[in-house]
Amino acid sequence: MSINVLMPALSPTMTEGNIATWMKNEGDKICSGDLLCEIETDKATMEIEAVDDGTLGKIVTPDGMENVPVNAVICVIFEEGEDASVLDNLEIPEVASVVSVAVPVAAVAAAPLPFAAPAPAPAAKTAAPAANPGGRIFVSPLARRMAAQESLDLSTIAGSGPKGRIVKADIEAVLAGDGAAVTAPAPALAEIPLAAIDPYQDIQTSKMRKVIAQRLQESKQTVPHFYLTIDCEIDALFKVRKELNERSDDYKLSVNDFVVRASALSLRKVPECNASWIDGGIRQYSGVDISVAVAIDDGLVTPILRNADHKGLSTLSDEMKELAGRARAKPMGLMPEEYQGGTFSISNLGMFGIKEFAAIINPPQSMILAVGAGEQRPVVKDGALAVATMMSCTLSVDHRVVDGAAGARFLNAFKGLIEDPMTMLL
Amino acid sequence: MAETSFDVVILGGGPGGYVAAIRAAQLGLKAAVVEREHLGGICLNWGCIPTKALLKVSEVRHTLERLDKFGLSCGEVKFDIAKIVKRSRKVAGQLSKGVEFLLKKNNVPVFVGEGRLAGKGKLAVSKDGKEVATLSAQHVIIATGARARALPGLEPDGKLIWTYKEAMVPSAMPKSLLVVGSGAIGMEFASFYSDMGSKVTVVEVMSRVLPVEDAEISALAEKQFKNQGMEIFTGASVQSLEKQGKNAVRATIMTADGKSQQCDFGRAILAVGIVGNVESIGLEGSAVEVDRGHIKTDAWMQTGEPGVYAIGDVTGPPWLAHKASHEGVLCVERIAGVDGLHPMDVSNIPGCTYCRPQVASVGLTEAAAEKKGHEVRVGRFPFVGNGKAIAMGEAEGMVKTVFDAKTGELLGAHMIGAEVTELIQGYTIAKTMECTEADLMHTIFPHPTLSEMMHESVLDAYDQAIHI
Repeated sequence: MSINVLMPALSPTMTEGNIATWMKNEGDKICSGDLLCEIETDKATMEIEAVDDGTLGKIVTPDGMENVPVNAVICVIFEEGEDASVLDNLEIPEVASVVSVAVPVAAVAAAPLPFAAPAPAPAAKTAAPAANPGGRIFVSPLARRMAAQESLDLSTIAGSGPKGRIVKADIEAVLAGDGAAVTAPAPALAEIPLAAIDPYQDIQTSKMRKVIAQRLQESKQTVPHFYLTIDCEIDALFKVRKELNERSDDYKLSVNDFVVRASALSLRKVPECNASWIDGGIRQYSGVDISVAVAIDDGLVTPILRNADHKGLSTLSDEMKELAGRARAKPMGLMPEEYQGGTFSISNLGMFGIKEFAAIINPPQSMILAVGAGEQRPVVKDGALAVATMMSCTLSVDHRVVDGAAGARFLNAFKGLIEDPMTMLL
Repeated sequence: MAETSFDVVILGGGPGGYVAAIRAAQLGLKAAVVEREHLGGICLNWGCIPTKALLKVSEVRHTLERLDKFGLSCGEVKFDIAKIVKRSRKVAGQLSKGVEFLLKKNNVPVFVGEGRLAGKGKLAVSKDGKEVATLSAQHVIIATGARARALPGLEPDGKLIWTYKEAMVPSAMPKSLLVVGSGAIGMEFASFYSDMGSKVTVVEVMSRVLPVEDAEISALAEKQFKNQGMEIFTGASVQSLEKQGKNAVRATIMTADGKSQQCDFGRAILAVGIVGNVESIGLEGSAVEVDRGHIKTDAWMQTGEPGVYAIGDVTGPPWLAHKASHEGVLCVERIAGVDGLHPMDVSNIPGCTYCRPQVASVGLTEAAAEKKGHEVRVGRFPFVGNGKAIAMGEAEGMVKTVFDAKTGELLGAHMIGAEVTELIQGYTIAKTMECTEADLMHTIFPHPTLSEMMHESVLDAYDQAIHI
């Protein structure tokens, strides 16, 4: 009985492949283990071995044939005693030859994602493999062999070796399930022909950028966010701040220092908000450690004000200045424990004139407060139009941990403290 | 007034410290070195380098002794131990000056004195008990090295009972010598003194000499040492050393069969390992953790105390100069935020012992590979099958390679024989680049060289060796 050799799926996301070259001709004797042909996917080229002995009876998909669907017959192997006559009885589905199309940008843009995203529908059916400019995959010989043995598609693996070379550790990480695993090309871009995009430049990113990319994508994809916005009148806060700052040159309080203190005290009042979703349960923290986002070159860090609810305004202010200073130093002067951990985050873009925005939660925390600019706005007071300095704050909340009502209680507590700052002294 | 504020201050100017300092300077960090004694550390002043100068002498002497084999003859060969030692010291001195120049060229100031941590980001330097400087630094790297370990009852006295330091500057050749410990240090001195005419006895507590090496290599080494006239006790220990007058030491040796015997030796060398220099450097008040005389660090050389790092011999094994240098570079690059760094892979650190025969290795021994669960393929090639080795009159030795049977990964390489210390780097590159057996097989090795044995050993692992 003749044997049909099918186009293999070299990776979970592969839907079609190209025949690069046949190493055997029709009529050649085949032994198990012989190399039959080379198959190309988006970036990788893999050799296909015979698994049976026999004679190569017919090559169905010749050299250079593109876009052969997975599981299509690529050749037929005759077993001993068989000849071409068996072909008459065989049904070999026709594989339409596809005309080359414009090279899609997909393959270029298919930078490996740090974890498996839900596989999007395969990109345009007509997508031909890209002869992209940086197409060569740098991989150590050992990693190449391990990938072949485990049927991993090298084009989907991020290399951590020198200049992005894929090394043994990367393969092991993928096999262990925690590496830069199998991903699909970015679908949205796939149909934009390359010609429509201006010349571009691929930027080498820093480790920090990769961590930001990974953590925030993970957060937005896995944490069910909802958002609550509240407006706070801060005329009283401005007044108190001015008075305090005039009393001494030892400190210079910022609005953000008040925001930190008010957040810390509000978390103390609504402790169910000071919690994380951990392995299917809720972990509530006894300490209030507030991470404050600090923009630095090429990214941001979140130095932590530990036990912020036990610290006064000037202490918080001093600590924040000191941490931010070291965060911006080159090289970055914070120790990991000074920016990893924390139970709640604050991101303040007020100084850039942003009115309001919604921030992405910094896992495993369950809330982040996005603070906008303090600005004069028309408000209605006692039925009459008036002018007040207002600040909009938007709380992003992980719904697994905190429900709408609890989030609202937190924000109301926060608003109460911000609008009546004397109560922060209590 | 000298600058006292730095990005990185390195405590110790050995092969870990000075290399870290130069790399830091290259990366634009303000770096300084604190050194109490001599730049270049033990390696350059009292270790690797001066011993190589001595071993060159014993090698030449050994060659002269067998001139007849080569059809040569000369008059009686004599030596002047004072001159030999003087040359060794001169070599060390020249290189130490070289390190001084390199640091200067990279604008790295050297504070001469003893440094100690003095609170967060502070380091006090004192000389002769007086404080001479207080330095502040965001990052402090401890690279204070190590010293010879002393065992209870076996304390060196510097006259009859030596450590490596006295063994390097003998005033006369002892007629007989006891070497306690058969690691790299012990065997190098054993070879030197044996080739210079001393009757050498080696006592090793483990079941074989050079116990960190592959068992086959150890066995070949022991056989050759014995053929050279050394007496070797393995599985044995020295119970006590007693001085007998001015020129003899009486050792009580417990042999492998549990019997104890007494022998007298002209001198004894203690080479039973090292302990880190962790004392009086201000670790007491810090969160730096010390375990059995060595500082504990993570994979990035970070100690328990934020901002304090440790590299080289003061940390865990292997205790090798090139490991210290590599750690220094990695540590500093990490501090500077260099992209794409990987923690050091211990299995890619080569080790060399310059005894006769030389021994060199990298990666896992056959036994260790099996213990880790690898199914292995092992290749061996003897020196006697290599044309260059025979032409050189060095037909004894072996190159052994260990591969993972499934992936073809080179797990380890183990060599014994002439010049193998210069050859091992080939396998180290292969290992670091993650070559498989196929790449090594496809590599063209020059003929006639000893390196062809490296090729043949790989071929042998896959039953394709040509010359065997």
